[in-house]
Amino acid sequence: MTVPFLLFFICAFLAVLGAVLLIVAWEPIHSALALILVMMSLAVLYLLLGAEFIAAVQIIVYAGAIMVLFVFVIMLLNAGIEERTNWSQFAKVVGLPMGFFLLLATAHFLSRSAVGASIANGTGAVSNAGVSTRALSIALFRQYLFPFEATSILILIALLGALILARKDN
Amino acid sequence: MEFITQHPVLVVSLVKIAVLLFIVMTGLAYLTWFERKVVAHIQSRWGPYYVGAHGLLQPLADGVKFLFKEDMTPPTSDKLLYILAPFLALALALTAIALIPFGPPTIRVLGQPVFMISNLDIGLLFLFAITSIGVYGVALAGWSSNSKYPLLGGLRSSAQMISYEVSLTLSVVGVLLIAGTLNFNDIISGQTGYYLHFIPRWHVIPQLVGFLCYITAAIAETNRIPFDLPEAETELVAGFHTEYSSFKFAMFFMAEYANMITVSCLATILFFGGWLSPFPDSWTWQLYLPGAGLLLLGAYCAYDTVVNMRGLAKLQFMVVTMLCVGGGVITLIPAVAAVIRGPFWFTTKVIAFLFFYVWTRGTLPRFRYDQLMNFGWKLLLPVSLANLVITSFVMILPYLLRHG
Repeated sequence: MTVPFLLFFICAFLAVLGAVLLIVAWEPIHSALALILVMMSLAVLYLLLGAEFIAAVQIIVYAGAIMVLFVFVIMLLNAGIEERTNWSQFAKVVGLPMGFFLLLATAHFLSRSAVGASIANGTGAVSNAGVSTRALSIALFRQYLFPFEATSILILIALLGALILARKDN
Repeated sequence: MEFITQHPVLVVSLVKIAVLLFIVMTGLAYLTWFERKVVAHIQSRWGPYYVGAHGLLQPLADGVKFLFKEDMTPPTSDKLLYILAPFLALALALTAIALIPFGPPTIRVLGQPVFMISNLDIGLLFLFAITSIGVYGVALAGWSSNSKYPLLGGLRSSAQMISYEVSLTLSVVGVLLIAGTLNFNDIISGQTGYYLHFIPRWHVIPQLVGFLCYITAAIAETNRIPFDLPEAETELVAGFHTEYSSFKFAMFFMAEYANMITVSCLATILFFGGWLSPFPDSWTWQLYLPGAGLLLLGAYCAYDTVVNMRGLAKLQFMVVTMLCVGGGVITLIPAVAAVIRGPFWFTTKVIAFLFFYVWTRGTLPRFRYDQLMNFGWKLLLPVSLANLVITSFVMILPYLLRHG
C-alpha cells in the first residue's frame, strides 16, 4: 500500500463521485462544480502516471478556463433549479443493465492487462519515468506536427463560425 | 532522532511549511499596515497611529476584531458554497506560495534545500494552474450569497479574470522562450551574469514589453485598484464579499493579499533575477547591506524613541530598536550574511513590487467596465502576442542565418 496506490483509489472514487453528482444535482452550478471535481481528480491521475505537463494543462484549460466560462454563463443567465421529467423508461430498462455490463467488461479486460496487474501488485499504475515537457513538445512539434496544426485550425474555424453566428445583422 | 535521519524530506518539509506559513501570515497582516501607512502618506494623512507605536499593533487589533465579530450567514444563501468560497480562496492563494524559491537551492539542511518547499519541473505551469482556479473563490462567493450586488461582483470578477489571464500567460511566454525551462530555479540561474560587467542579465531587459504587460495583467488578476471592479465600493457596496462578515471576510482579505505576494514573487523570479544580487560578486561590501540597513533602521528607531515617543509607545519602540540592532549585528557576521544574501535580495525586490502595488492604488482612479474590457482585449492582448512573436523570431534568427 504505497501513497500513489492510495491516491489512485481516492482520486478515482472522487472522479466517479463527481460524475454522479453532476447528473444528480438540481442546481446547474452544483453540476458545474461536480464537473470541476471530476477534472481535478483526472489531473491528479495524470500526475500519478508521470504526465506532469498534461496534468497542469488539464487544470489550466478545463478547470481554469472552460469551467469558469460555464460558471460565468450559469451566473449570467441566473439559471434556476432544473425542471425534472420522469426518467426515460428506455434508459431505465436498457441503459442501466448495459452500463453495468460495460463496467464489468472493462473490469474484466483491465484485470488481464499489464496495468491491472501492476495495480493488483500494489505498485499502482505509476511510471517512474515522467514524460518531460521537452520530450512532449519535441514529439508534438516534430512527429505529430501536422495533426497538431490541423486540430488548431479546426478549432479556429469553429471559433470564427461561432462568432459569425452570434453577430447581429447590420 | 532516528526518525528525522530516516525521513529527512518529510520532516524538513513540514518544518519549512510551518515556518513559511507563519512568516506569510505575519507578512499578510503587516502588509495591511504597510498599505494603510503608504496610502495615508500619499494622501497627506498619518494612517494608523494609536494602537502601538506608529500603529504597529494595528494588524493584531484587526485580527482580534475579525475573530470576535458575529459571523452571519444569510438565510437565503447556498450554505455549502457560501462556506466553501472563502476557504477555497485562501487555500489556493496560500498553496501558490509553496512553489516559490526564496533563496538558492545550494543552501541545505539534512540534504534538503532550505529556502523552497517544492522544486517542480513544471513550477510555472503549476502556479498558473493554481491561480487559474483561484477565481472560483470570488465567483462562488458572489453566486452563493443570493443577493444582487455580490452576484454582479462575482460576474465581473469571472469576466475580468478570463480576459486578463490570457495576457498574463502570454506575457510570460517570452521569458520562457529565453530561459528554455519551466523550473523556477533554472529560470533564476539562467539570469546570472552581467552586461558590461555591472548591469545584471535579468530578463526584464530583453523582455521589457513582456514585463509591462505582465504587471498590468497581474494587477487585474488580483482585483486591485485600478482593476478592482469586482468589489467597487462606489458601485456594488462591497462587491462579491458584501454578505460576508467576521473571519470569512478576513479570509477573502487575506487571500487577496496573499495573491499580491505571489504575483510579486513571480515578477521577481521571471523578470528580476529572483534571489540573485543586482551587484557583481566582486563587490564584496554588498554582503553587509542587510546588516547596515537594519542598523540604520535601529538608529532611526532609537532617535524616534528618545525624541517623539511617550509612555507605553516608548517601551514598545525600545523593543523594536533592540530587535533591529540585534538583528543587524547578527547579519554582519560573514557566515550569516552569506546565507541570508539570497532571501534578502528576494524579499527586497518583492517589497519593492508591493510598494508599487500600493502606490498604484494611491494614485490611479478605477477603470470603467467597458474601458477595462477594451484595454484587456484590444491593447494588452495584441501587445503581448506581438512581444511573443518578435521574441521567438529573434530567438530563431541565429539558426536561420546559419542554415539559410
